[in-house]
Amino acid sequence: MDRTTILSELKKVLAPYTENKAMLDGINEDTDLIKDLKINSANLVDIIIDAESQYNIEIDFDAAEKMYNVGNCIDVISEKLNRTV
Amino acid sequence: MGNRVVITGLGVVSPNGIGVPDFLHALQNGISGIKYVPEYEELKFNCQVAGQPNFEWEQLHNYISETSLYGLKGKGIAYGIKAALDAWMDAGNPIVSEETLWETGCVFGSSVADTDVIKNAITRVDAKESKKLGSRVVEQIMNSGITAYISGRLGLGNKIINNSAACATGTQAILIGHEYIKYGMAKRMVVGSSEFVDRYVFGGFDSMRVLSRKFNDQPERASRPMSLSAGGFVPGSGAGAFVLEDLDFALQRGATIYAEVLGGSTNSGGQRNGGTMTAPSSVGVIRCIEDALTDANISPAAIDLVSGHLTATIADKLEIQNWTEALKRKGDDFPLVNSVKSMIGHCLSAAGSIEAVAAVLQIKHNFAHANINLEDPNPEILELIGANNLPVTKVDREINVIAKANFGFGDVNSCLIISKYNN
Repeated sequence: MDRTTILSELKKVLAPYTENKAMLDGINEDTDLIKDLKINSANLVDIIIDAESQYNIEIDFDAAEKMYNVGNCIDVISEKLNRTV
Repeated sequence: MGNRVVITGLGVVSPNGIGVPDFLHALQNGISGIKYVPEYEELKFNCQVAGQPNFEWEQLHNYISETSLYGLKGKGIAYGIKAALDAWMDAGNPIVSEETLWETGCVFGSSVADTDVIKNAITRVDAKESKKLGSRVVEQIMNSGITAYISGRLGLGNKIINNSAACATGTQAILIGHEYIKYGMAKRMVVGSSEFVDRYVFGGFDSMRVLSRKFNDQPERASRPMSLSAGGFVPGSGAGAFVLEDLDFALQRGATIYAEVLGGSTNSGGQRNGGTMTAPSSVGVIRCIEDALTDANISPAAIDLVSGHLTATIADKLEIQNWTEALKRKGDDFPLVNSVKSMIGHCLSAAGSIEAVAAVLQIKHNFAHANINLEDPNPEILELIGANNLPVTKVDREINVIAKANFGFGDVNSCLIISKYNN
């Protein structure tokens, strides 16, 4: 799965957790989940749980801590996906 | 004396109507909200009927943010949010405040945190999947979940308290809010209570054999307070909410005033003198009603209507006897008496607040709602207060003052005196 595909899937994962739907449409790898999308920091764990289920991967605590912007999320997800394959 | 406290907003999620207009219509027309629940037959419950509000999650759109609504599973919290925010808007306030409202607090009660949410946690944890629980469990299984959601949405900054006093919770919440304003600690309080009776709580009551079981095939006839055929109560779910305000604060902002809370009392019989975990002590009940009248500075003769606890158990007769002793009135001299439970069942923690909303509406619209299903009044009750004070159809009459009481497990009592607002 390439980074563009992961990003478009990631939008669906993030959608329930941001009120800022317009910004969600235009996210790029630099978009910050908390600062830009105004996601409640407590919800980051929900996003990780949903991403695990969406991509059928496991994201450990150390990897999860890196997932604060869209680029980092894609890094972690693609790394786990590649490992699974 | 303290500050005068008025009611400026109402909200209700009741088995026989959601929102004040529908609830008022149901009260005026004696409409039951009790329905047969097929699941309860499958679960082999003796009682297979319940009062359940016609609630859909969509009704909370625009009440809380979409991100907050996503992941909200607790129905007791949902009912409470709906009722509280409806009351807030009914009082003429915008939902969203940019600033913290330091002068406004919240007392909202509940009995049991949502066991459906707890069940999910138990199932996941026992399956060694606690990792999948996510961030939204704790806020919904804490008892203060309901006050956290309401105060967070409205930006309330004064006292935020979740009270719990079994079936006396709702009336007690109103009384606590009343006291904060009366003694100058807050200008405005959002008060009320909510209850979602799920299968686990229902099962507990069913096992105690205190629920109605002979009218499963006629749900609307199942809740029969004060009747000879009363064979137990029908559990109900829902929420009721009020905006209480310091009179001057309300007048300054030009608020519409529904009624005034003159005073009240909450106490316990101490599980002495006949009081137990499950039965009220008459001494405590009578004292509670007398103290409420004293606090309200009103004579028993001024009471036009008693909105009783009256659940449809053998305790109804004892309750009426307690009222006659506390008010020192009997026979035709006794006030009108009714029980909202005949239409909606016993909404436990939410009973007091929903029934108090009904009390305010009866004051505002000058009527006493019918005791539906009172086809065969208990002769022992008739001996105490006669038949003329037990309306079986709506009575249109000026209603100035209502005594509203609820009594709960643990021998706890709460009584409120609500009056028309007279400047």
